[in-house]
Amino acid sequence: MIRIFSILVGLFFTAAVSWSLLWDTIQLGKDGLPKSAAHEFGKAYDLKPLKLASDGPFGKFDKQQLKRGLEVYAGVCASCHSLQQVAYRSLVHAGFTGAEVKALAAKATINAKDPLTGELKDRPGLPADKFPPVVYAGIGSPPDLSLITKARQGGAAYVYSLLTGYEASQPAELIERFPDAKLKPDSGLHYNPYFANLNIAMAPPLASDDLVTYSDGTKASKDQMAQDVSAFLVWTAEPELDQRHQTGAWWVLFMLFATVLGYMSYRNIWAEKKGH
Amino acid sequence: MSFPWSKEYKPSHPLMTWLDERLPLPRLVYNAVGGGYEVPRNLNYFWNFGFLAGFCLVIQIVTGVVLAMHYGGDTSVAFNSTEHIMRDVNWGWMLRYGHANGAAAFFAVIYLHIFRGFYYGSYKAPREMIWLLGVVIFLLMMATAFLGYVLPWGQMSYWAAQVITGLFGAIPGIGEPLKEWLLGGFAPGNATLNRFFSLHFLLPFVILGVVILHIWSLHIPGSSNPTGVEVKSQSDTVPFHPYYTGKDGWTVGLFMLIYSVFVFYMPNVLGHPDNYIPANPMQTPAHIVPEWYFWPFYAILRSFTQNFLFFDAKLLGVMAMFAAILIWFFLPWLDKSPVRSATYRPLYRKFFWVLVVDVLVLGYLGGAPAEQPYVLASQLATMYYFLHFLVIVPIVSSIERPDPLPFSITESVLGHDGAAKLAKD
Repeated sequence: MIRIFSILVGLFFTAAVSWSLLWDTIQLGKDGLPKSAAHEFGKAYDLKPLKLASDGPFGKFDKQQLKRGLEVYAGVCASCHSLQQVAYRSLVHAGFTGAEVKALAAKATINAKDPLTGELKDRPGLPADKFPPVVYAGIGSPPDLSLITKARQGGAAYVYSLLTGYEASQPAELIERFPDAKLKPDSGLHYNPYFANLNIAMAPPLASDDLVTYSDGTKASKDQMAQDVSAFLVWTAEPELDQRHQTGAWWVLFMLFATVLGYMSYRNIWAEKKGH
Repeated sequence: MSFPWSKEYKPSHPLMTWLDERLPLPRLVYNAVGGGYEVPRNLNYFWNFGFLAGFCLVIQIVTGVVLAMHYGGDTSVAFNSTEHIMRDVNWGWMLRYGHANGAAAFFAVIYLHIFRGFYYGSYKAPREMIWLLGVVIFLLMMATAFLGYVLPWGQMSYWAAQVITGLFGAIPGIGEPLKEWLLGGFAPGNATLNRFFSLHFLLPFVILGVVILHIWSLHIPGSSNPTGVEVKSQSDTVPFHPYYTGKDGWTVGLFMLIYSVFVFYMPNVLGHPDNYIPANPMQTPAHIVPEWYFWPFYAILRSFTQNFLFFDAKLLGVMAMFAAILIWFFLPWLDKSPVRSATYRPLYRKFFWVLVVDVLVLGYLGGAPAEQPYVLASQLATMYYFLHFLVIVPIVSSIERPDPLPFSITESVLGHDGAAKLAKD
C-alpha cells in the first residue's frame, strides 16, 4: 500500500516538473540562451592578476605597502568613501607608530556628544575613534570600504582591476550588438568591464600619476597607487590575517603530529584483530 | 546492544562503587561508548561520521555560546557587532570563522553519514527508529543553520530571511498571515532578528536531545556493518573502547586538519561575498543563493516554473523542496529488500551511484543563477531525485536478485578458512 502511494506521489512530482520542463524548453526555443552585454563583455571572472605579500598560507602584510595604501586612501578615496569599521588605534598593526596614529586621528573631525554639555559637537579625532562617516552631498554615501575586499568576488584583485580597468568609451562591438546599452553622454556613468553591470558612477579615481606623494619616496604611478590601496583594503577587511596565518601554521603542525600519533596508536590497538 | 559476551561495568574504586549504587552514570557511559558496547569488527571508515557529527555539534555549541556573549541581536548593531567580534574580541575571528566553517563541516559530515545510510541500508529493520530520528536531526540542523545565517544581518542574511519565510507565503489561504506571524512584521526586521537569535540559541540543544535519543535507539539493535549481516558470535565484535575510540580518535585528528585549513587559510571561500555588505531592504542582490549545503534543495525549489493542475508553481516548488527530505521518513518501508548492504545488491548499487551524481549536479545547479540552461538541467535532475526514492527504490527492491551474502562478519574479515580456524581454536 505505502509503495503504491509512494509511486503515485513520485509520478505526481515527475509530471509537475515535466510540465515546467516542457514549457521552459518551448520558451528557450523561442528566446535562445539569455544574452546581455554584462554577460558577454564583463570581465568580473577574468580579473587582472595581483600579487600581494599577504597572499598564500605564509603571506604577511607588507607594512611599507600598507602605509602607502593608507596615503592613497586618505588622499584620493576618503573624499567619498568611509572606512567606518576601522579604528585609528588599530593602525599600529599596519606599521604606524603610536605618535603617527595620534597625528592621523587628530586630522579627522569627529562629531560626538560633548560630555560636559551633552550637545553634539565637532572635535579632533582620538586614536580610540573609528574613521568617520562620509556623506557625499546630493548622492548619499558611496560604499564603505572597510570590508570591500571581502564583499566582492575576487577581493583585492577585483579592487585593483576596477581601479585600473576604466576604458575611455564603450567598445564599438558592444554598441553594435546591444544598441540599448549605449550610454547617453549625460548619464554620468563610466565604462568599466570589471564592474558588475559595466557602467559605474564613480569617475576614474586614479586618472593620473602622482595624485599622492608617498612618504617613502616611491614613485606614485597609477598602477602603484592601485596596488597599494588594494593591499591596504585587504588589511582593513582582514586585520587579523597575520595572526591567523601564524596561528594556523602552529595549529596545523600540532594537529599533524597529534594525528600521526593517533594513527599509530590506532594501528597498535587493532594489530591482532586485522587478521592479515 | 548487550550481547551475552558484553563486558559488565566493574567499579575500580570504592568511590565509584558508591556512585554506581546511587547514580550509575559511569555505567551508562561504559555501556554507551566504553568497553561495554560490543561493535562489529568490520566497520569501514564510513562508520566514523556519526562520531564526527557529534564532535561538530560540540564545536558549534562551544563556539556559538561564546559568540553569543559578544553579539548584539538588534538590527541596528548586529552587523557591526559581528565586525566587533572579528576585530576587537580576543581570538574573535577564530571563533566566528570556526563557527561559520564549523556549520559547513557539520553538513559535509552529515551528508556522508546519510549517504552511508543509503548505501548500506542502515535504515532497515530493526534500525528504523535510528533513521527516523536522524532525519529529524537533519531537519533541525537545516533550520538552525538558516537561522544562524541571518544573524550577521548582511545582505544575504536579510534576503535569505525574506526568501525562506516567503516560502510559507505560498501555502494557500493561511500563507500570508503565517509569513507575517513568522517574521513579526511585513518584512524581515528587528522582531525577526530577535526571534531568530533566540531560536538559533535554543535549537542546538534540541538537536543534542534528539542526538541522545538517536544513540539510545542505536544501542537497542547495536551498530550495523558493511556486510549488513547481523552479529552471530563473539568473534564478530570488538568492544567500542579501545577499538573504536582509537579509530574515531585519529579520524577526529584528520577531520581537524581539514577543518583548520578552512578556518585559518580560506575562511571565506564557502561563504558569499554579499554577506559582508550590511543588510539593505531597498536593494535586492543580483543572485540570492543560500550556503552550499542547501543548494540541492534550492535547485529543486526553483525547478517548478509552471502551474500544474490546480497547483501554483511556487507552491509546487515549496512542496517538492520539503518533500525531498520528508520522503526519507518512508524509506525503511519503500525499500523492502531483505539485504541491507548495496555491496550485495548489484542493481540498487548502480542507482545509488546515479543518485550521488544527481545530488552533486543538483548542488551545482542550486548555486548557479536561475536562468537557462541551468533551469532545464535542474528540472531533469529533480525528476530523477523523486523517481529514485519513490519509484525506483520500491521496484528495484522487489525485482532484484541479490548476490550471496557472507556467512558471518568474521568470515567477511578473515575469509572462510580463517573463520573456521578461529572457531576451532
